[in-house]
Amino acid sequence: MQLDNRTRDNLWTLISTPAVWGVHFLFCYFVAAYVCAPNTRIFEPIGGVRVAIALATLPALAFCAFAGIRATREWRAFRGDLPFDAPTAEDRERFLEFSTMLLAALSFVAIVFTALPALLVQDCR
Amino acid sequence: MSQAANAPDVPPASTRDQEDPKVREEQEERLRKVWASPPGWRYWSDTNNTTVGVWYTATSFAFMLFAGVLALMVRTQLSVPENDFLTADLYNQAYTLHGTVMMFLFAVPIFEAVSIILLPQLLGARDLPFPRLSAFGFWCFLIGGIFVCGSIFFGQAPTSGWFMYPPLTTQERFTPGYGADIWLLGLSFIEVASIAAAVELIVGVLKCRPPGMRLNLMPLYAWYILVVATMILFAFPPLIAGDILFELERLFNWPFFDPERGGDPLLWQHLFWIFGHPEVYIIFLPSIALLAMIIPTFAQRPILGYSWIVLAAVGTGFISFGLWVHHMYTTGLPTISLGFFSAASEAVAIPTGVQIFVFLATCLTGRIIYSVPMLFISGALAIFVLGGLTGVMVAIVPFDWQVHDTYFIVAHLHYVIIGGVLFPLVAGLYYYWPILSDRRLSDRLGKIAFWLMIVGFNVGFFPMHYSGMIGMPRRIWTYPANLGLELPNLISTVGAFIFAAGILIIVFDVLRPRGKEPLAKRNIWNAGTLEWVADVPGEDWGIRSVPIVSSRYPIWDQPNFIDDIDKGRFYMPDAEEMKRETMVTSVLDAQPLQCLRGPGPSFVPMCAAFFLGASFIAATFHYWTAMFAALLFCVVTIIHWLWNATSVIPEKEEKDVGRGLSLPIYIAGPHSVSWWAMFITMLGDATAFVGLVFGYIYFFTIHTDFPPPDADGPGLLWPLVSLAFFAASWLLTLVSHRLLRRGRVSAARLLMAAGAATSVAAAAALLWGPWVTDLQPTVHVYPATVWLLAIWTAIHALVGTVMLGYCLARSLAGKLTPKYDIDLANVALYWHFAAGTGLVTVAVIALFPLAN
Repeated sequence: MQLDNRTRDNLWTLISTPAVWGVHFLFCYFVAAYVCAPNTRIFEPIGGVRVAIALATLPALAFCAFAGIRATREWRAFRGDLPFDAPTAEDRERFLEFSTMLLAALSFVAIVFTALPALLVQDCR
Repeated sequence: MSQAANAPDVPPASTRDQEDPKVREEQEERLRKVWASPPGWRYWSDTNNTTVGVWYTATSFAFMLFAGVLALMVRTQLSVPENDFLTADLYNQAYTLHGTVMMFLFAVPIFEAVSIILLPQLLGARDLPFPRLSAFGFWCFLIGGIFVCGSIFFGQAPTSGWFMYPPLTTQERFTPGYGADIWLLGLSFIEVASIAAAVELIVGVLKCRPPGMRLNLMPLYAWYILVVATMILFAFPPLIAGDILFELERLFNWPFFDPERGGDPLLWQHLFWIFGHPEVYIIFLPSIALLAMIIPTFAQRPILGYSWIVLAAVGTGFISFGLWVHHMYTTGLPTISLGFFSAASEAVAIPTGVQIFVFLATCLTGRIIYSVPMLFISGALAIFVLGGLTGVMVAIVPFDWQVHDTYFIVAHLHYVIIGGVLFPLVAGLYYYWPILSDRRLSDRLGKIAFWLMIVGFNVGFFPMHYSGMIGMPRRIWTYPANLGLELPNLISTVGAFIFAAGILIIVFDVLRPRGKEPLAKRNIWNAGTLEWVADVPGEDWGIRSVPIVSSRYPIWDQPNFIDDIDKGRFYMPDAEEMKRETMVTSVLDAQPLQCLRGPGPSFVPMCAAFFLGASFIAATFHYWTAMFAALLFCVVTIIHWLWNATSVIPEKEEKDVGRGLSLPIYIAGPHSVSWWAMFITMLGDATAFVGLVFGYIYFFTIHTDFPPPDADGPGLLWPLVSLAFFAASWLLTLVSHRLLRRGRVSAARLLMAAGAATSVAAAAALLWGPWVTDLQPTVHVYPATVWLLAIWTAIHALVGTVMLGYCLARSLAGKLTPKYDIDLANVALYWHFAAGTGLVTVAVIALFPLAN
């Protein structure tokens, strides 16, 4: 199978999905902290924050899905065989793609986890 | 070196016949001489990784034993109710120092120490790229460690727990004396050593691998080290930022943590735990990395799920930065915030669990050989899994509210750390001892020690779950009878002493004379990874020739591998010019790039560490003149060090490293190791700066008015003037570098001088703003924060001045030329960061208030 526009994987592409998790996490923390501090009206609903978190979550998840699927397709297309330990640039690429896929999956789950409190908590209590 | 002049002309490596024993003997003699430790008292000037690594490891184990004795004192005090074995004050000192020493002087440094020994061996390198930096780190660690530990003998040790919460610790009326200052300054000093080691190890893993060791063939230990060293780079600087705020409050009464003047004690908790939680993984991952090396050997098969381990290491590295608030569940933060951190705390269990399953699967699919290291590994897994499970429990907010600051937490953290750090380290000690000292540790004593330790540990710590659940708080000096706490505490104390007996047996085994015992066989466990090619007895040169690697387990898979290394059939079989050399390769595929020359033994790193230590110690006791004098000496020593031993112009362009390959000796720019080191150091520096900016934004969020309405500094004019000077210095440096490379040396020198001048102006203008608007840092937290950001940034401008002046001097001395331009290339890189710091500071202190 031929693939156009292949990603050339390196250490930066490997960590892109957990980095997105990090940005999403910090965003959620900061908007909530900003709205809820100095914590005077704790019973007010914080609908705006929850919508903002939802809006941040969607592209974050989409990026992880995109990176994960792309890595999986490339890894599959070249019939990479585990455990990717041949001394070639191809196997190094397959290894990075496979690891990228795993990290994308982990980051996806972790982002869902992070977004859950916004789904469940309605105010600043 | 004088030897270089005397060395006879040796033909290039590619022309030598490695099958001729006489050729090899001559080569070995040269290598041996070049890498030998200096004789006599000059031994202490050595910088070879094998020597420094052993000092480092031995010192951290010594600190562990010291902290262990403190733990036994604590346990003795708690063995019966209303005991008076220790006074309350000494008890406080003992538990504070126990936690502090175990964390900062054992758990973190032991990882650096072991890596300094092992990493070059694992990578088939002769040494790490910056051996003198390792030595500097060690001496900092030793001086700082003795200073912190010694305080208890003068009754001056810190007394407020290893995380030092203000306001208990910031106000003299609660904590008189020097204890808190010793903690802060002593540990800040040791953090310098940790960051130095992190720089060294990251560059080592990325740039010093043997040819052919692509990313997918790297030993898992190297993956873990890469992740952990990067974590140090982002985790330690926030603590340094916190330490700065803390010391400014203690020494000069700047009110960062004082609520009466707008400060907030919670900010310290944030900064501390942004460091503190990743730190748990910083000590855990390298120990688990030892498991990833040991288990394949005793299962006699490659690790199952290599990529999964990489997932686990990288994933944990990231997610561990999203856990810090789970130490702060009871501080009254809104539930939604707690929810985020609870979610991340649960998520981190996924990659952590993956590692355990990978290890179990490797064991199950292999043919396990039972041995002492495997015994300790099985103990480690059992204990760690229990600690991990209680970790998942305390990650749940309502449960944590019940057990926060009780002995349940004490039990949890000891299960995690002793299972996840200490047991793997002991396994590693038994496994790697033959490489360190050419002989084996005793199997019999090892087994006895193991059973004493595992039984003692569980007897000691399991009852703490119970005593915590029924309400025993942490850090109490004593407790009344009839609360049901007598029995669990007595059992815990008995267990602690059994555990200590196990440790003592290991200490005995390590120290007992074994001159008559036979040497261990080479590669005694029949392992597959590179560190085991070391001959017995070992040589100082690291590796006889730098191999071409084509497998994750080259000793198992590459035919004739050890013989080829021994006979010097690979690269760099010789030290023709009598210089210490190692190979630098590319990041992804480890293609050879450079023959890197390293410096030899020197007392300079020790002197630099001594002066730096002296300045920190003088600051502790408020001897300001002595402090600045020591700091000045330190700067002079470091400049002397750099001037003589770095960016040395080689006598020839390229060197034949054997097998028909010639490599350049001098490389500047993004391929050079020092460029990477500068980049990595500045990432850490930028992280500390972000910590300070976080402080400003934090105060902004908790106050309705920040800046307060009556504050009218630092104004707009002077910060903007400073920004213009920052931009000018940055541009001048870049253009100067460009001109130098084009050969226009005089013009480049002129711009360097101009850049040095404008950066002084940038610093002056930045400080003039808050000065001229009369911001008083002791009055309120707003002026204090503005002053702090301005001072931090001004210092960066002044460091930039020194660097440009240094480059100018190098150029005038003929050590910086259009072709050999490492110094200026690195300074240009520095100025990218310094200019960024200037921009952010001005935006925060001058422009941000306008947006309100």
